[in-house]
Amino acid sequence: MSEAKKYPAPVTNPETAAFWDAAKQGKFMIKRCTACGEAHYFPRAICPFCYSDKTVWEESSGEATIYTWSLMRKSPTGPYAIAYVTLKEGPSVQTNIVDCDLEKLKIGQKVKVVFKPTDGAPLPFFTVA
Amino acid sequence: MTIKGKAYIAGIYEHPTRHAPDKSTAQLHAEVAKGAIEDAGISKDDVDGYFCAGDAPGGAWPMVDYLGLNTKKLRHVDSTETGGCSYIIHLGHAAEAIAAGKCSIALITLAGKPRTGVMPPRAAGAEADFESAYGATTHNAYGMCAMRHMHDYGTTSEQLAWIKVAASHHAQYNPHAMLKDVVTVEDVLNSPMISDPLHRMDCCVVSDGGGALIVTTPEIARSLKKPLVKLIGHGEAMKGPRGGKDLDLTYSAGIWSGPRAFEEAGITPQDIKYASIYDSFTITVLMQLEDLGFCKKGEGGKFVADGNLISGVGKLPFNTDGGGLCSNHPVNRGGMTKIIEAVRQLRGEAHPKVQVKNCDLAIAHGTGGLLGVRHAASTAILERV
Repeated sequence: MSEAKKYPAPVTNPETAAFWDAAKQGKFMIKRCTACGEAHYFPRAICPFCYSDKTVWEESSGEATIYTWSLMRKSPTGPYAIAYVTLKEGPSVQTNIVDCDLEKLKIGQKVKVVFKPTDGAPLPFFTVA
Repeated sequence: MTIKGKAYIAGIYEHPTRHAPDKSTAQLHAEVAKGAIEDAGISKDDVDGYFCAGDAPGGAWPMVDYLGLNTKKLRHVDSTETGGCSYIIHLGHAAEAIAAGKCSIALITLAGKPRTGVMPPRAAGAEADFESAYGATTHNAYGMCAMRHMHDYGTTSEQLAWIKVAASHHAQYNPHAMLKDVVTVEDVLNSPMISDPLHRMDCCVVSDGGGALIVTTPEIARSLKKPLVKLIGHGEAMKGPRGGKDLDLTYSAGIWSGPRAFEEAGITPQDIKYASIYDSFTITVLMQLEDLGFCKKGEGGKFVADGNLISGVGKLPFNTDGGGLCSNHPVNRGGMTKIIEAVRQLRGEAHPKVQVKNCDLAIAHGTGGLLGVRHAASTAILERV
């Protein structure tokens, strides 16, 4: 973990470009449907729950709790923790837990979003709050 | 409309190889096709339906040509790709096509060489930018399921280990199995941690190889020499994180495919004498047994403990060939071998040490994709006639 891991730049597309533009400003965005009120992640133009096209961008608090995790010990780039974290706003998000003691992660632990640079837009990760 | 009793599995073949650096992938497909055709006692020119998945080089039309299938007769193809359970889905689709009169002799093939070389990556889905950087692999995606199952239900590593122990008891009698040594719960717990909470021995093997099936009409099956095995129920389903709402990694799509298959078959899990359950990891087996209704959700740990899955010992003999945990996992896709061992059990062709007595009803169930991320499931219920 001494060297900064190189992450791939998002390809992006018209449906998700606003997410990555916001990420460059340090903002973690989710989508919310104004028809049914549900938030979702990753962002879609059409609400996956009610099929309304009235979805709008909303900045997430970036506050979440660990739903589950697994520490991958065998990896050419060193051990890493994959996880699902559940945002304060509701949706659960696949991510890596970074920049903390990965041996001591716990389900239910509070985490917060952090961004890591790529050659393009930065990527969201989570670290212990 | 039902497929119950409309299609019979008349030919099976499992490639004996576990490492095939000296063969091409297409060649392995041809070898398993030939094996299943010979097992059924038909000619390749009789085949009028062909089914393959993402492991078939180039897909259906290059394979049909390479295999030299009779294109004057071939009138139905299906290349449904749902990872490791593709072939269980193909079995159901073949039965549908046969019931609808769209084909009468279907060939399903699987083959590949992940042990010899790295498999090509799958095409990216819409989620790629939001997930691919996080390094989801089979190990950690299934690890996340196990971690949450332990948290919610108190499932233990010892209980998971019993699944590997049972598989190893069966594998000792399979001359082709990659891992023939009987292991103990302690062996599993002492094997290195790969992705918490899964140890190395919670993981299946990586093997080259393949398998094939011939599925046909009741009339044609009766005209052949093999013991009769018919499909009486089939289900398929898919599950994903669904926009992140109400995420629950403690169950699989088997919770939907299983009841669909049992309902069509008109039987219950308690009627099943032998179970082929996809065993990419120990946790895969435990969750699927719960989802299929062999025990209540959360009680899988207790159900699999103390040898309950060992043939001749426990109540539900499973994966009597040693399964993916010990025998093979051709192309990282275990669905085909699950069907093949279920047919062996129903024919009475399993190894005598693991053959289930009076085996008249069996299940073959599989998962494809990543259990902790997005996956498909398929369930087939088979009956000896």
